Amino acid sequence: MPDTLSLILMILGMVAVTFSIRFILFARAHRIQLPVWLEEALAYVPVAVLTAIIMPMILMPNKQLDFSWHNPWLLGGLAAFVVGLILRKPLVTIIVGVLVFFGSQFLLT
Amino acid sequence: MNKWEAMRFGAIVSIPMMLGNLPFGMIFGSLAVSQGLEPWVPIAMSLLVFAGSSQFVALGLIAAGAPILVIIFTTFVVNLRHLLYSADFMKYVKHLPMPWRAVLAFGLTDETYAATKPYFVNGKLDATTGHWAYLGSFLAFYSMWNLTTLIGVVAGELIPGMSEWGLEFAMVATFLGIITIYLQTLPYWITFIVAGSAALFLYQLPNNLGMLIAALLGVAAGVLVQHLQLRLKAGASDHA
Repeated sequence: MPDTLSLILMILGMVAVTFSIRFILFARAHRIQLPVWLEEALAYVPVAVLTAIIMPMILMPNKQLDFSWHNPWLLGGLAAFVVGLILRKPLVTIIVGVLVFFGSQFLLT
Repeated sequence: MNKWEAMRFGAIVSIPMMLGNLPFGMIFGSLAVSQGLEPWVPIAMSLLVFAGSSQFVALGLIAAGAPILVIIFTTFVVNLRHLLYSADFMKYVKHLPMPWRAVLAFGLTDETYAATKPYFVNGKLDATTGHWAYLGSFLAFYSMWNLTTLIGVVAGELIPGMSEWGLEFAMVATFLGIITIYLQTLPYWITFIVAGSAALFLYQLPNNLGMLIAALLGVAAGVLVQHLQLRLKAGASDHA
């Protein structure tokens, strides 16, 4: 385990890089005009980033591809996806996904 | 909407995602103490860094014995996606004084971005109400993230195995709830397919770099298809 001073330095460093990333464009927001193509591209950011975060969690829960019906992450993810596409109500999507995930995890183990 | 109504609105539209995020802070807190870190470490991280995925990655790196500079650099790479969010939100903060922008920057997360963005787009939030709603969303998530971290720290000392229950699936379901709202036109579907498959192919890259590259590829694919569609339409009306 790192000592206390190292941990403090680590946290301060994490604060510094995280806040810089979030603030640098806001700080210059009144002076920068983004080109039209970039504005268009940014519309795709939420779907692209969130998908890139969750796909490996769903299909590689044990660090390798797992398309089998014994993968509760895949079952829960599919259920949430289908319900989300049909109803487009995030709260229902979350509840159904979580229920299917824990249900299948319970049945499969 | 006055400023209080706007703040409340921001908090209310965050509720579905807050539910999905509820277990995440608890897992973080319990994982940290079960690794042998003192409680102040996860608590300080949640209070000051306020960036969930990078906090998890830091725990993993501490356990692996990585040097501090590597942990800080990894934090940078994992959080780079926030640069995309801030680029998108620049237009909504440019009229605000600098302290306001600093507070909003500190509170810029996947969740607040995803929860408030649709209402900026559909015009429900504007230059006078937008930052108050954003603030309301940020404060709601910030309180919850820190409260659940604390609960996790306490629970982790009482129930050691909690971090292995798969509670983080709630985050997957939450993000699917957001993604499926966008999947109504072809370019967004292409973004979804490209970003998703690229993330799987590039998973082995270090520092979550694969996630970042996959996201950029997804954005590029979406824009490309949008432009192809426009060109096809223009071509079709030329022949009509």
